[in-house]
Amino acid sequence: MLNFTLWDILSNLLLAARWTVLLSLIAFVSGGIAGLLLLVARVSPVPPLRIAAKLFIEVFQGTPLLMQLFIVFFALPLIGIETTAWTSAALALTLFTAAYLAEIWRGCVEAVPKGQWEASASLALNFGEQMRHVILPQALRIAVPPTVGFSVQVVKGTAVTSIIGFVEVTKAGTMITNATFQPFLVYGLVGLIYFALCYPLSLSAKALERKLNVAR
Amino acid sequence: MAYSFDFSSLLDYTPVLVDGVATTVALTAVSTVLGVALGIGGAAARTSSVKPLAVVVGAYVELIRNTPFLVQLFFIFFGLPSLGIRLAEWQAAVLAMVINLGAYSTEIIRAGIEATPKGQIEAGASLGMTGPQIFRYVVLGPAMAKIWPALTSQIVIVMLGSSVCSQIAAEELSFAANFIQSRNFRPFEVYFLATALYLALAVGLRWIFSLMGQRMFAKGVSRA
Repeated sequence: MLNFTLWDILSNLLLAARWTVLLSLIAFVSGGIAGLLLLVARVSPVPPLRIAAKLFIEVFQGTPLLMQLFIVFFALPLIGIETTAWTSAALALTLFTAAYLAEIWRGCVEAVPKGQWEASASLALNFGEQMRHVILPQALRIAVPPTVGFSVQVVKGTAVTSIIGFVEVTKAGTMITNATFQPFLVYGLVGLIYFALCYPLSLSAKALERKLNVAR
Repeated sequence: MAYSFDFSSLLDYTPVLVDGVATTVALTAVSTVLGVALGIGGAAARTSSVKPLAVVVGAYVELIRNTPFLVQLFFIFFGLPSLGIRLAEWQAAVLAMVINLGAYSTEIIRAGIEATPKGQIEAGASLGMTGPQIFRYVVLGPAMAKIWPALTSQIVIVMLGSSVCSQIAAEELSFAANFIQSRNFRPFEVYFLATALYLALAVGLRWIFSLMGQRMFAKGVSRA
């Protein structure tokens, strides 16, 4: 039987962790862009847009990420798009991230005093200009800490994509366990890798929050 | 390509789905009770003056909050047997959910506890209450009232997260969906229905908790 050294295991896990990081980045960036559009729809003066955005957020926050992954994985082929684990993982995580970020940011937009809306409206700014020049710059300041905090959820969310066969660090852990029969060690290391990725994000979210509270 | 949807083939599997929903509800109920209890204990320890205790609980909270639930579950189910701790699927699922919710609710409840005005604790002490009595009768109630909405959201997240317990063959709703689609080859319909059921469970859970909150905290305590 082959023997695996600790370095064999760790190096393979770290290699797989690249895909965890890459998928997290893709999901966070594209989810951020989609989330911004969703946010604008959610606070827009057009009722159908508002309702549609609200519904989207409710559905994605009220259902498991695993089910979202399965639906994307099995639904895209129905409309003629070939799916791979990569594309479904990226798409599902993007939609998931967009829904949560839009809701987080909505709270930040609502924290901007009403007078700011009224003042900018009295200057004859339309909704787009109000958002662009008055509301979003102020909302952005308070939005940074919770957004950084949420990035932890995105990184952890990528673990679930192992279930549809995307080979990131959790899937690699399962595969290595099947070869080495050392689940305690392997999953322990997998957990530590996630911790190493997420803890700095958690800490910086906390530090940013403290800085913001002092500034206020 | 035209795909014709066929939800009728799911009818035969109603008992499987009902079992799945029941198991998800049971898992959630048990781990909510135990997890929140653990959270209250953890929050008490974290805010206590016993430094080592606060540090240990702090490490537990950070460790759990910065690793995925799926990995925690795998570690418990596949990893612990090498220490001689062999758990059934549902035991591992409950344990992982309790540990997970315990960490998050420790942090949530701690925020509520720290928001207690100092004067109230002093007032309790001046009435001759002991430390635990102050915690139980003065601090905990208003703290829980304040953080009830946040705690509700977290419990919903844990309930939704329980879907990955299907991966260790705990027979909850996702497991039922996997089972059905492997039989009738209608994955889209099955997962669509399962997702709708999860959404209904999430809405129902929020509704129950808001009712409970109104019942428990309406009197005498301002709802923040």
